[in-house]
Amino acid sequence: MATEGEKEQVKLLGVTLSPFVVRVRIALALKGIDYEFIQETMQPKSELLLKSNPVHKKIPVLIHNGKPVCESTVIVQYIEEAWGSKAPNLMPKDPYDRAVARFWAAFVDDKIFPSMRGVFLGQGEQLQKAVEESVTNFLLIEEALRTNQCFAGKAYFGGDQIGLVDIALGGLSAFIKGLEKATDSVLIDPEKMPLLSAWMDRFCKSDGVREVMPDFTKQAEFISTRRASMISPPTAK
Amino acid sequence: MEGCGEDGQVKLLGVIRSPFVVRVRIALALKGIHCEFIEEDVLNNKSELLLQSNPVHKKIPVLIHNGKPVCESMIIVQYIEEAWDSKAPFLMPRDPYDRAIARFWAAFIDDKVIPSILGAFRGQGEEQQKAVEESVANLLLLEEVLRSTGKAYFGGDGIGLVDIALGGLLVLIQTVEKVTNIVLIDTQKTPLLSAWADQFCKADKVKNAFPDRAELFAFLSARRAKLTSPPPGN
Repeated sequence: MATEGEKEQVKLLGVTLSPFVVRVRIALALKGIDYEFIQETMQPKSELLLKSNPVHKKIPVLIHNGKPVCESTVIVQYIEEAWGSKAPNLMPKDPYDRAVARFWAAFVDDKIFPSMRGVFLGQGEQLQKAVEESVTNFLLIEEALRTNQCFAGKAYFGGDQIGLVDIALGGLSAFIKGLEKATDSVLIDPEKMPLLSAWMDRFCKSDGVREVMPDFTKQAEFISTRRASMISPPTAK
Repeated sequence: MEGCGEDGQVKLLGVIRSPFVVRVRIALALKGIHCEFIEEDVLNNKSELLLQSNPVHKKIPVLIHNGKPVCESMIIVQYIEEAWDSKAPFLMPRDPYDRAIARFWAAFIDDKVIPSILGAFRGQGEEQQKAVEESVANLLLLEEVLRSTGKAYFGGDGIGLVDIALGGLLVLIQTVEKVTNIVLIDTQKTPLLSAWADQFCKADKVKNAFPDRAELFAFLSARRAKLTSPPPGN
């Protein structure tokens, strides 16, 4: 909790089960940054949320000394830059490696998450299609882990330490595991994706991550409840 | 020799009409980086080089710097900024918070503005009307940014990341307006954005990166005609 006279005031507006919020919490934990976690009510959205993120009205929002930063990937890069002298570095130094990191973080946002969302929302044939799409996307990540010079043979996408891509993808771990449970599907098959599987286990056990990663069973229950409420009652013929 | 020298070997795979390619060309032009432009036949025959350089998305633009490919237009722009970080002008602010705001609005342009404009181009009737309203609402938010900073550009006194993100789309937006007969950047509703657009289009070095307007008009007209032609009879 921020006290009078303290130099930095950091607040994080969010909900504990959101994978995007988890990303930010991981970054803050790794940098050892103290912050106040403000559980957002969501329904209705709080005044603070509407004021801090008027454009999207979404969480997470990081509020640093009163100034809001929105969008989880933007927030993680902000944390890296605003606390640039604090180890560990979440981004590589070399411009090319940074571009590669940003590419894969964007891949998670633009491809992986939408296909997962398809699994979350899907039923029957649509669900099957979304599962296949997700597996295709995860296989590309497996391929990158195997062949990309920046990642191959390393413990994390960030090298010896957790970096942007680890946070971007790893932040979704509970969501991915929860979805697998709730939909009875396999998204990351340890046989087909040994490197990705091993990486995810390693990531979830890491310092800074395990303390903020939601419990997989809790996540699965939450997803199941939401999915159940989406299925409309059968209409009379 | 073009493409070599102190900048190293710089190639850009793309098509001139793509707004994503325009973004990269603007950044290269501003930094005075010489580059070999390789025109791709994206519709019918993607080159081996493209498929090899961007195996994940198989899309342009791809910047190849000393043999190493960088993909995704805004990632390429940030790469150009960082790889040539001693070359003025600076495309990103120095302050971490200002950088976060720049990245936020660049993401907004990709995630919201582009889809709504494409919706306005592709849609018909009510669907198109909805997309137009959405586009205007999105552009109003950008108008508000200019109003609150009071600066000529989103980047401040000079062109920055957000200017490039939106500016790369300008010829496309203006051509879509002409082809579909709708107004997106309204001089009355978004006067500052209108003035910004005029200024940007005239800016030194920038205008050479733009596609030919007449060619783009012909291309988009043909696309629109295909989209709006009635389906074949049964």
